[in-house]
Amino acid sequence: MALEMYTKNSNSPKIGVLALQGAFIEHLKMLTELGASVQEVRLPEEIAGLDGLIIPGGESTTIGKLMILYNLVEPIKEMVASGRPVWGTCAGMILLAKDIGGLNQPLIGVMDIKVKRNAFGSQLDSFETDIAIPVLGEKPFRGVFIRAPYIEEVGPQAEELARLSGESGRLAPQGNSTNPAVIVAARQDNLLATAFHPELTGDSRFHRFFLKMVEEGAKD
Amino acid sequence: MSNFEKSTWNTKVGLAQMLKGGVIMDVVTVEQAKIAEESGAVAVMALERVPADIRKQGGVARMSDPELIIRIKEAVSIPVMAKARIGHFVEAQILEALGIDYVDESEVLTPADEEYHINKHDFKIPFVCGCRNLGEALRRIGEGAAMIRTKGEAGTGNVVEAVRHQRAVSSDLRRIKSLGKEELMTAAKELQAPYELIVQINETGKLPVVNFAAGGIATPADAALMMQLGSEGVFVGSGIFKSGDPMKRAKAIVQAVTHFRNPQIIAEVSKNLGEAMVGIEISQIPTDQVLAQRGW
Repeated sequence: MALEMYTKNSNSPKIGVLALQGAFIEHLKMLTELGASVQEVRLPEEIAGLDGLIIPGGESTTIGKLMILYNLVEPIKEMVASGRPVWGTCAGMILLAKDIGGLNQPLIGVMDIKVKRNAFGSQLDSFETDIAIPVLGEKPFRGVFIRAPYIEEVGPQAEELARLSGESGRLAPQGNSTNPAVIVAARQDNLLATAFHPELTGDSRFHRFFLKMVEEGAKD
Repeated sequence: MSNFEKSTWNTKVGLAQMLKGGVIMDVVTVEQAKIAEESGAVAVMALERVPADIRKQGGVARMSDPELIIRIKEAVSIPVMAKARIGHFVEAQILEALGIDYVDESEVLTPADEEYHINKHDFKIPFVCGCRNLGEALRRIGEGAAMIRTKGEAGTGNVVEAVRHQRAVSSDLRRIKSLGKEELMTAAKELQAPYELIVQINETGKLPVVNFAAGGIATPADAALMMQLGSEGVFVGSGIFKSGDPMKRAKAIVQAVTHFRNPQIIAEVSKNLGEAMVGIEISQIPTDQVLAQRGW
């Protein structure tokens, strides 16, 4: 085990899940099962008092537009600056990225990663595969990729947590031909990003990993 | 690392899960598709005619021209859906070959088979199907539908049928959840639904796939009403592009679905939307032109 994982305790952290659109209920359910108290976030005042925030999968264009309309971008940036953990899954990862290859859509833009949207193709190219994620331990993690993005480049401030290789890596049509492996999870201090959907599996290790980040943040 | 699998049940249902809390809009041109995306739609339904026009013009309504569907697919980054006729598995094969994201086996088009729906398990592409009640929803899921929408009555701008169908589904879900194990086979028989799915609902109290509302939603209030009744998102067909100011109305409906429990916000976005589409009283529709009764 590379990192000790979060276990239920009495000081349950308060985790917000951005609930503008997408698969937020699945995150809320998993967090609740792990003993966190949860808050659906649709308006800026719902961010106050949170120990951590998850930006779920959904349509990144829809979520981005609603974030602008309801003045959520600045409060989330402040939350990131204050050191509290923020995790983006799929669309959430796109919204966290500083660079999405020049596409014109609203972003939070705080994470030093370059992300490619719809990187594997249309729904017919959605897939599941086992991924090695060293920080979660030896057992592979089932990655569910739905019209998924991937990380083209991890900048110097961020670190890679997982990559696809072999058959699933080659699937990425715009992948680098000399290195078919593509990065699908990364961390940068209090920021976490995954191209896939841990909330659609029965495996709570990624959520426990995030709660551990929240707990460690609270100690500082 | 391996066990690599494409087009699994998880990925089919998963895409619908990503669409939740969103609005899927009918579009008939590239320009409309761009307006839909700009207004915050989570997906577009590419069509040649919106249901209101199909209703007005009559005749046989078929799958749209693949050229139109491809142009719409190229114009937007959000998922693209398109409709196949009930039972017309070759139209569905064509839509799969076009590489779009979801097929709607839809009563809005003229049915191609009066006995059988498409065997949706045969396909890599996921399907959404309409229902009027829980039994119909579960028969479609049994055939492989990965997403359900209540039918409502398309092209009317009248939400009454959508409400009726959503209430019917919710009420049956509550009833099945409350049943004892020995009552489940009889419930399956009465609803004409697969027994395994009835057992599953008895345990979870929920449909095993995502359920959107469709058919007659014309205002932000209509959309929020369906969400409060238990729909997980909405399809808006004729309601947007048959109205006076499509962009403004589309944006308003998107916000009403996000903030469906917040009447202050729904009031705010409902102001000055211009003319809504002209609605049709359901009792004025000749019985043989009621779309919701297509499919079984």
